[in-house]
Amino acid sequence: MINEFIYMNGYGLYVWSAFVFTLICFTTLYVVTKIHYIKEKTKFESKFGALDPEKAEVARLQTINREILSRTKSI
Amino acid sequence: MKFVFKFLEPNKIFLITSKAPKYVMALFLIVISIGLLEALIFSPEDYKQSHSVRIMYVHVPAAWITLGIFSSMTILSISGYIFKNKNFFLISKSLAPSGLVFNVIALVTGSIWGKPTWGTWWAWDARITSMLILALFYFMYLIAWRIYENKDYVLKITTLITLIGIINIPIIKYSVDWWNTLHQPASINLMSKSSIHSSMLFPLLIMTAAFALFSLLIFLMKYNTELIKIKNKGLDRL
Repeated sequence: MINEFIYMNGYGLYVWSAFVFTLICFTTLYVVTKIHYIKEKTKFESKFGALDPEKAEVARLQTINREILSRTKSI
Repeated sequence: MKFVFKFLEPNKIFLITSKAPKYVMALFLIVISIGLLEALIFSPEDYKQSHSVRIMYVHVPAAWITLGIFSSMTILSISGYIFKNKNFFLISKSLAPSGLVFNVIALVTGSIWGKPTWGTWWAWDARITSMLILALFYFMYLIAWRIYENKDYVLKITTLITLIGIINIPIIKYSVDWWNTLHQPASINLMSKSSIHSSMLFPLLIMTAAFALFSLLIFLMKYNTELIKIKNKGLDRL
């Protein structure tokens, strides 16, 4: 039963390689996008942390800045 | 229209797009699990192509989505100019990476499918060649965003790329009808009766929904990254 599922009448190699290739593409795209996201977020957090209190207060007025920082201690 | 633009303001939209990925991811995992069970186990084999027909469940959704994404990018780029709203360009830019990846998936899985059915990995057939040209347009679009520093210039160049590239979309769609190709004609028609059996159509639609959810997930992550990048520049100006 399992052999039949893997072998697929001799087409297994083609079918599995197509599905595995798709999975690799999905995983790579997800990981690369996530890494870029984390990198930009970390950069934002460190820049925000380096601001003097007055400028930080101005930056905090923007909803989007508060949202980006929502999971950090700086807000 | 004013309401739409107000809703599209980065400050407002980020409240949604920053929270949405985790829900989209959960939904994607559920739908892809059902889709894979249907595609690899429950759907029947084809009387002619046997089990190799299962490649259709990744090949066709990838092709549909890459075409859909490129068309959307063109509409967004034109809208960006008509309504003078830069957020449209940002949405278009965020859609491009998943569009290119789906294009590559369609080309590679098509090539894998071609070997057992046509006896060759590749043929310079109208459908396949036009899909390859679409990949080049995606590539040029993404490269343009990387190499041009001037904001106004990059908006012009990328819009021009999508405007020229969109001519290729009907060519891809109708290439199997206009020319003699190795590629089979469409089995699914919105206007007339489809030649695909419901036992194969159902898994195909589930897999298409899963792929659409994945492209939505990547779009949201990329869009959030772009917005944070803009805000990073904003902090520099403070």
